[in-house]
Amino acid sequence: MLSFILKRLAQSLLVMAIVSAVSFSLFNFVGDPVNNMVGQDATREQRVEIRQQLGLDDPILTQYTRFVGNMLQSDFGLSYRIKRPVDDLILERLPATLELVFVSAIISLFLGITLGIYTGIRRNSWSSRIILSSSLAGVSLPTFVIGIALIYLFAVHLRWLPSSGRAGTVDFGWWKTSLLTVDGWRSIVLPAVTLSLFQLTLILRLVRAEMLEVMRTDFIKFARARGLTERAINFRHALRNTLVPVITIIGLNIGGLIAFSVVTETVFQWPGTGLMFIQAVDFVDVPIMAAYLVLVALLFVIINLIVDILYFVVDPRIRLGG
Amino acid sequence: MSKHSPKTRWERLTDNDIMWSFLSSPGAISAAVVSSIIILACLFAPLIAPFDPFDPAQISLWDGKLPPSWAEGGQSQYVLGTDNQGRDMLSTILYGGRLSILVGLAAICLGMVMGVTLGVIAGYVGGATEAVIMRLADVQLTIPGILLAILINGVGRAALPLELREEFAIYVVIIAIGLTDWPQFARVARGATLVEANKEYVQAARIIGLPSWLIMLRHILPNTMRPILVIATIGLALAIIAEATLSFLGQGIPPTTPSLGTLIRVGNEYLFSGLWWITLFPAVALIVLVFSVNLLGDWLRDALNPKLR
Repeated sequence: MLSFILKRLAQSLLVMAIVSAVSFSLFNFVGDPVNNMVGQDATREQRVEIRQQLGLDDPILTQYTRFVGNMLQSDFGLSYRIKRPVDDLILERLPATLELVFVSAIISLFLGITLGIYTGIRRNSWSSRIILSSSLAGVSLPTFVIGIALIYLFAVHLRWLPSSGRAGTVDFGWWKTSLLTVDGWRSIVLPAVTLSLFQLTLILRLVRAEMLEVMRTDFIKFARARGLTERAINFRHALRNTLVPVITIIGLNIGGLIAFSVVTETVFQWPGTGLMFIQAVDFVDVPIMAAYLVLVALLFVIINLIVDILYFVVDPRIRLGG
Repeated sequence: MSKHSPKTRWERLTDNDIMWSFLSSPGAISAAVVSSIIILACLFAPLIAPFDPFDPAQISLWDGKLPPSWAEGGQSQYVLGTDNQGRDMLSTILYGGRLSILVGLAAICLGMVMGVTLGVIAGYVGGATEAVIMRLADVQLTIPGILLAILINGVGRAALPLELREEFAIYVVIIAIGLTDWPQFARVARGATLVEANKEYVQAARIIGLPSWLIMLRHILPNTMRPILVIATIGLALAIIAEATLSFLGQGIPPTTPSLGTLIRVGNEYLFSGLWWITLFPAVALIVLVFSVNLLGDWLRDALNPKLR
């Protein structure tokens, strides 16, 4: 167990080292940092002085060590465009992204697992077939097209919900939440549903496949032979054994939601970190891009680490098989 | 087979299990028909399209924002209406689709060449080389492809000087999507290589002293192609979606030479003023294209899977 976790930890550290090297090289290869700090009319001497102040003439390795040192203190410098500390900007934007991902995760997990179990148990019924074929469409529809369709229907045509932005936020210390007001919920519904649909269909299909698999095993046949009620077989025997993979599903799900939040945030102009990254690319705002890369890598490393460990704890076959 | 008469190439193409499975599956046939119609129509867009959307002489701003021909105020020469600049929607979609398909194909080819090369080497050489390549693939697979494509594409765009950005955007997109695709190919190619490398014909080739690269290229590679084809087909659909997504985010193909994603992005700005056709038709084209390629990939996966026969 310990060696397994240590191995995973080492792998995570390696990933972080690679990602931080990439973000570090962004500063060196993308634009000239001095140009971004001084005006066009700065003299040559001024430029040289700033280069020295910033330590840009030090050996690359020294610079990289300093970058990692600052990174560990979550210091990514000032945004080129907004001239404010990047960590403040990210902290401001992070709650929006996390709340969006959270609400979408609840929607997709709840509906995905429920519908997956339902279509797994009643696999030949009409309703199951309808659910399944619409889920096939869900896999083929690009997220941004779903977003546009929902905006057109609910915001432009019916005028029930706002089409973009994040309204009705309440300050909760530094955390601005939109989950406490009606306006906040009204503005989060469309992006959250858009974001969750793809994951929902994915989870539905995984749970259903898992359910069908378990239904074919010997212990279910044996439970039938013992004359147990359908209810007991479905929920006490089958469901329990399908829930092990659900843990990885949750990990995959949250990862996927973070990934597609960039798209959803842009469609709905949701002021989260993903939208910030897209805007930063347009303005070549290197500090924000670097910070976002590191943040995303960190989130994924943490999610995967937790999933791996949970998997290990839950499934005795992995533990014994080593 | 009772007689061992030598078959012509045409017979070998038509008389085998895959063709049989194809001809007995109506879903596969219709998916193939739909996707080949779309792909051919787009590739031959310059011959088919009623207008050339890049020729300023054929565009008139007076004809801008016209609805489809069947709607009120539509004109018969613009079947699907015109966009904000007066370009014929049908022609623009055909040209845009061509770009989307070409970018998708190029990206998937890049990913395939990279992945298969690394995968076959990993499977054949083994040892530390294999460990490094496959670990890299594992790590990359933990991050969703679309996010990785957005990140790589963003870094690539930012690295280009502002004046070159539009010109090279298409290559950045191809590389970004291609780089996100390789691990899938590497995994499958390695798996197939491991199976093939132990077979007698490979041992024989080794014994007669053929160099490793020749064995990999001439003997192992052709035998890994079946599963690779499946991934490539499904990957093509995903690559087209990825390109459309990047372009929709304003990070992909520039509006001067729009792809389907760019068209949807541009049209989206006019959705609120009720000009639904500028968004709807490119979106429908994209969805039908992706859906049919996906169906084709699904069928191919089942047809090539010996367990399901």
